[in-house]
Amino acid sequence: MPQEIIEVAFELPSMEVVSYLCKGCGLCVTHCPQKCIEFSDQFNELGYKYAQYKGEGCTGCGICFYCCPEPGAIKVYKKVRE
Amino acid sequence: MKASVLQKPKAFYDKFERKGGSQLETTHYCPGCGHGILHKLIAEALADFDMADRTILISPVGCSVFAYYYFDTGNIQVAHGRAPAVATGLKRVHHNGIVISYQGDGDLAAIGGDEILQAANRGENITVFFVNNAIYGMTGGQMAPTTLVGQKTTTSPYGRKPENEGYPIRMSEIIATLEAPVYVERTALIDFKTINRTKRAVRKALQNQIENKGFSFIEVLSPCPTGWKMTPPDSQKWIEQNMIPYFPLKVFKDISDSATPFTYTDRTYSDSEVLNILGLSQLGERKKVDQSFLENFPTQNMKIAGFGGQGVLSAGVVMAACAMNENLEVSWIPSYGPEMRGGTANCSVILSHHRIGSPLTTNPNVLIVMNTPSLDAFEDDVVKDGLIIVNSSIVDREVKRKDVDVIYIPLTEIASRLGVVAAANMVCLGAYLEYTKIMDYKLLYDTIPIALKKKSLIDLNIKAVDEGVKYIREHYPRS
Repeated sequence: MPQEIIEVAFELPSMEVVSYLCKGCGLCVTHCPQKCIEFSDQFNELGYKYAQYKGEGCTGCGICFYCCPEPGAIKVYKKVRE
Repeated sequence: MKASVLQKPKAFYDKFERKGGSQLETTHYCPGCGHGILHKLIAEALADFDMADRTILISPVGCSVFAYYYFDTGNIQVAHGRAPAVATGLKRVHHNGIVISYQGDGDLAAIGGDEILQAANRGENITVFFVNNAIYGMTGGQMAPTTLVGQKTTTSPYGRKPENEGYPIRMSEIIATLEAPVYVERTALIDFKTINRTKRAVRKALQNQIENKGFSFIEVLSPCPTGWKMTPPDSQKWIEQNMIPYFPLKVFKDISDSATPFTYTDRTYSDSEVLNILGLSQLGERKKVDQSFLENFPTQNMKIAGFGGQGVLSAGVVMAACAMNENLEVSWIPSYGPEMRGGTANCSVILSHHRIGSPLTTNPNVLIVMNTPSLDAFEDDVVKDGLIIVNSSIVDREVKRKDVDVIYIPLTEIASRLGVVAAANMVCLGAYLEYTKIMDYKLLYDTIPIALKKKSLIDLNIKAVDEGVKYIREHYPRS
């Protein structure tokens, strides 16, 4: 799909779990081929131990995005060749 | 560094108003629910095709009932199981629209089983997404038509038994046997491979509609961790181990490439054509409101009763239409058995200056009885000082009540002298209006041509009205 292009300051590729939207179902944790997503020890305001990026290992494959049932909970950032 | 972002598709609303408060971005779905994944795939496809503004999404009854809170498309939520029927109407009117019927297994395979089969069989140019989670999720996990043999639900606590509840229905297989559907596939939402397969199926099903190819049906095996009492990852495994062996994932039918595209022609009707179709071409301008007539009009709670075929119902229609022409509020409700002739029939008619609440007249102030059983049935219901008009040709007894006004008139005899027994009802209306003077009886002349289907009988019916008036003038003169 035509994806939005933005300027970022972190290392690419990467992913982000929008913690306050995560319901802790764990499907991204299960399906990430790189096993680079984990559960947080913290509860979010919905009362779930949300998923979070371990900080390294993401290949930008997008599998977590498609396995996540919550429309806005996961963002995947891929490198754009300049 | 520049990054491309894979994120919430634009065909979703920015905010989801369903839950309010601080939860304006989450769905109402349980953790791990397949609906969210399928929603995402559909929204992404609509955004990529730039079709969201042309899409009408129909939400069912079930967990996905609130889909209209999420999709930034046209949305309609419909009665249980009726989405394909509503989709049919929508698509036929808005054939440039992309009409999506989104349904669960209770909705589609149980209560809406026939709607989906008929829509598929007609080959409606719509896209149906069928979310099969083998359970009634929203109502708390009852057995659905697709519940597996042995599967425990709240209504099959020892597991579904075929000898008692039958076998799970395979909807895709059934629909694929029909001639008309162009694309039928079953997919699942259990891992990236199946989700990706579903993504392609969703796109193809929508593309078929965009190209007017016809009916596409995608069944999606979807986890219900709450209903199945499992963790989300376990429920995906459960689909793989238990559902897929019974509900195999495959393309059951695909004639998309050879299907002849629909061609639509825009057909509009002018006002005069519509009036003509309705038989209202003679209808004149709306009459000017006569305020003093309206304000002095005594509300008529009428019950007209007799045998079917005596014109009981049409007498009510003519009376109501006549009063409507005079700007009164009116209602008409028929009540009859399955017989076209010979059964009993009655109708409630209310004519009033005031707005009408219930259209039923349980205590009429005007009772017209065309036969004896009707007098027996309704005599006691008439209010004190009410009026009873008795067809004395047929009714073989007198009215017992002493506190009501009674007119005896041989309606059937008078009508039969005119040559048509069925005109007794118009004799009666003439008599009724002449006796009560609530309206000029000549106003019926304008209404009869509108209400009467057989135009050759108009003159005769007008004559029948005059005969009723004449009888009242001779036998019940008002000094």
